Amino acid sequence: MMKVVEGSYAVAHAAMCCSPDVVSAYPITPQTHIVEHLSQMVADGELSAEFLTVDSEFSALSVLVGASAMGARCYSSTTSQGLALMYEVLYNVSGLRMPVVMTVANRALGAPLNIWNDQQDSVGARDVGWLQLYTENVQEAVDTTPQAYKIAEDMGILTPIMVCMDGFILTHVYEPVELLDKDKVAGFLPAFKPEYVLDPANPKTIGAFADPSTYTEFRYLQFDAQQKALAKIEAVAKEFQETFGRTFGGLIDTYQTDDADIVMVTMGSVIGTIKDAIDEMRAEGIKVGLVKVRSYRPFPVQALRKALKDAGVIAVIEKDVSIGNEAGLVTDLKAAFYNSKIRTPIIGFTAGLGGRDITVKDIRKITEKASAARKGIESEFEFLNLRTEILP
Amino acid sequence: MQNLLAPGHRACAGCSMPTIVRLILDAAGPNTIVVSPTSCLEVTTTPFPESAWCVPWLHSLFENAAAVASGVEIALKRFHKEANVLVIGGDGSTFDIGMGSNSGMFERGHKVTYICYDNEAYMNTGVQRSGSTPFCAHTTTTPSGEISLGNPRPKKDMPAIALAHRVPYVATASVAYPVDLRRKVKKAIETQGPSYIQVNAPCITGWTFEAGNTVEIARLAVETGLWPLFEYVNGQLMEVKKVRRPKPVEDYLKSQGRYRHLFKKPGGTEVLKQIQAIADANISKYCLVD
Repeated sequence: MMKVVEGSYAVAHAAMCCSPDVVSAYPITPQTHIVEHLSQMVADGELSAEFLTVDSEFSALSVLVGASAMGARCYSSTTSQGLALMYEVLYNVSGLRMPVVMTVANRALGAPLNIWNDQQDSVGARDVGWLQLYTENVQEAVDTTPQAYKIAEDMGILTPIMVCMDGFILTHVYEPVELLDKDKVAGFLPAFKPEYVLDPANPKTIGAFADPSTYTEFRYLQFDAQQKALAKIEAVAKEFQETFGRTFGGLIDTYQTDDADIVMVTMGSVIGTIKDAIDEMRAEGIKVGLVKVRSYRPFPVQALRKALKDAGVIAVIEKDVSIGNEAGLVTDLKAAFYNSKIRTPIIGFTAGLGGRDITVKDIRKITEKASAARKGIESEFEFLNLRTEILP
Repeated sequence: MQNLLAPGHRACAGCSMPTIVRLILDAAGPNTIVVSPTSCLEVTTTPFPESAWCVPWLHSLFENAAAVASGVEIALKRFHKEANVLVIGGDGSTFDIGMGSNSGMFERGHKVTYICYDNEAYMNTGVQRSGSTPFCAHTTTTPSGEISLGNPRPKKDMPAIALAHRVPYVATASVAYPVDLRRKVKKAIETQGPSYIQVNAPCITGWTFEAGNTVEIARLAVETGLWPLFEYVNGQLMEVKKVRRPKPVEDYLKSQGRYRHLFKKPGGTEVLKQIQAIADANISKYCLVD
């Protein structure tokens, strides 16, 4: 039964359905409602878990290092500055192969201080060894949560996951959602039984240092686990569909791409707006489509080559910027195509930074620019709707 | 004595730290889980694929051991298991970079015994000053020089910080008093809630002395009043190690290269008086002399 609930509640409920042993988090806008709802669920006895309120995001994730080493299923949630404060621990959780699941309520980073949505936080953390799945609406954020545990806890993968949902746009929206059924999730997601834990009866050293003779191999194994996750993400999405009857794609998803000449590529909640714009343009006879990147890490190179091989022109729209060189998704996409036969023009747009709205009109503008780029690229990368009148 | 820290570790000959850790583990026993921050202890005992640890041991970062140990402790609670949870780390992580994490663990009241082996500087990275470095000690970042007499600030009072968090068991100990150290570790792990022990840990390379003098130097620290041995239970000072006839601080200072400049440079005599005043204040505060 569909229920109209707040996005944060829906995601907290999804986390609760995964029966985490330990939850540790630190409040930060726009993630706060997620941890408030989880706290209430613990207070009401609805969720039987150890919930730890801590002194910082840095400590929140550090607590989960200890708990995960004990074999606990762990959950956290953060955003923006909080994710930045966790940076050192992010590398530790992935390097120690701890399958922590964390919801990232995507938000801009300061300075200048800005609490609104974009994806600079998690895209900036693409190299820390975590898997990253981006969601387009509340239902997908809900459904991706148990999928994330199933992928992360796979013995061949054992890699933490960020489930990314746009701050405010998804965390604070009230929309109809099919909440998960706890028993059904228990059937879909087996109990977490790690092989190596801290146990006085069988003492293990966890976190030894590696010198130049072994360090590369530790990193290789993480790299290999991410490659294995490519198939696992697809498989788990299918299993979820079989059990729950819903899917939002595996590594990627497509919309109206079959005969599309202009294809947009993006991640997150802007997809709803783009789909509306596509419907409008299709009605006018413009052959436009969309490829949604659901898995940004691992980056689905083969799936993207296949989905985009017939496109006439590609426009990447993303809510992040690599200050100094374009932005994450467009750079990765170009790299994915370089050694293939695909020579489709690709142009990149950074849009929606710091919560600036992206409208159907903006998407149409991007489509027009993409259409023109077929005849020769004028600008490879640009800030959409740059307010030149307020620049110095 | 149980040997829960295996031989073959890579600590310097004459280092006090392995002796301290062996004493701690002997008192705690095998039903113990240890979390260590980045430190000499970590790098000398766990070069992959070797480990000197015969109890479960976990290392994450320099500044998060207390938070990691909090996670270990709540997971024990979650799984209805019992084990001693110990943090064993140096003064850099304890006094400086891990302060936020320590404060959080103390304040949340986890049943974690935090033991600092205090060698009074960042020894692992080559003897840089920490918040624990004593007044006018030479380190590589507070060197004595033409216009400097070493570290310009006195040592941070970390036990007082633990006490301000209402940590129910706070004690100091010394490698020169092994029976006392063992007893305190036992008392700490029996405490319901957090406990904090700070152990004086002479470092041959940082303090510069002959490898055979480790215990003697630690004993002099106690006998001069510069390292008072005390024990607070529920905020009350319960026990102190009495010093019959306190020795002058010079006896302790001249045994180590880090204070050598005080005996050579102009202004050194004045500093010696100030350090004697620190010892005298300890003697009076903790009633070290009957």
